[in-house]
Amino acid sequence: MTDISPYEPSLIHSFALWLDSHAWSTALHESLWVYPLVESTHVLTVMLFVGMLAMVDLRMLGVAFRETPVSEMTRRVLPWSVAGFVIMMATGVVLFYAIPVRTAHSVWFRVKVILLIVAAINAWWFHRRVSLDRDRWDSQPKPPFNVRLTAAISLGCWTGVIVFGRMIAYNWFDCERSQSAFIAWAAGCAAELDS
Amino acid sequence: MTPTWCESFGWFDAYDRMEQTWIGEVIRESLWLFPGIEAVHLLGLAMLGGSVLVVDLRLLGLGLTRLTTRQVSANAKPWFIGALVLMFATGIPLFLSEAIKCCFNHSFEVKIAALALGIVFTFGVRNPLAARSDAPVWVARVVGLVSLGLWFTVAGAGRWIGFSG
Repeated sequence: MTDISPYEPSLIHSFALWLDSHAWSTALHESLWVYPLVESTHVLTVMLFVGMLAMVDLRMLGVAFRETPVSEMTRRVLPWSVAGFVIMMATGVVLFYAIPVRTAHSVWFRVKVILLIVAAINAWWFHRRVSLDRDRWDSQPKPPFNVRLTAAISLGCWTGVIVFGRMIAYNWFDCERSQSAFIAWAAGCAAELDS
Repeated sequence: MTPTWCESFGWFDAYDRMEQTWIGEVIRESLWLFPGIEAVHLLGLAMLGGSVLVVDLRLLGLGLTRLTTRQVSANAKPWFIGALVLMFATGIPLFLSEAIKCCFNHSFEVKIAALALGIVFTFGVRNPLAARSDAPVWVARVVGLVSLGLWFTVAGAGRWIGFSG
């Protein structure tokens, strides 16, 4: 194969292989208790992180806490969500570290990461642009369209992150099974086969 | 391992019949249905978590402290009930697809017990208390903690059903 076209394994694949070579990665993956506990913490933190964020988003959509200023929600509820996000990222990194190669080549995981990036851009856009004239709509039961739009995008992204995150556990699109050209491309299967 | 209630009280036949229902059959025969329903079940968990936490944190003197416990509870209530409906609508089919496994699963019985207690406690104790303005602070805190403990037990034991075979 390599004598026809020398294939450079992708950076992602090389990185995942390097993580996989760590003794700690294997120990985590094979642990009887630690992996399930970290995994459960990751799942349960959805209550804190997405749950609290949803309360803020629903307020911005004008369907919950309509009498409460949006600034009160972002000041008093959002920090709890941020704390949840930190736990999510920390446990998520550990879960990735335990099963790096398969996860890096998971189509579900890849879409999940894209949705995370979209959610981050959306949050940045809200803080940078949308919330500039907050004083004008802070106490409105139903905020203007662009505020509701960012809230809807946020809820949509996190819904997708939860669904795609859950699906990582299923092996339908794993590289070691035969896949369509599209899935093989999306999952970066060639890199895995080549090294 | 000690036997589950299902084993001790001889509920196996009932669980077996529930596993044989057409809903259970359809889910077992499908590749996508169980994961799909499970994912929606998780979305319900996020919603349930937010609507429970915002009230319990307020009872603990955290979060939306400029609002009364009554206001926070009233705003969260429709979302809590909506989340609960979504959880039942997805949880019952998931159970029907693997009822026999649940009969021998300790996590499942812990979850169901905590769920029953959680519902009774939320509607019977916590919400009535949150609606009052004269409850002693320490009572509100204990109630908030008990509620958090119950709902996180439901979620944690629920996740553990899958790990405990």
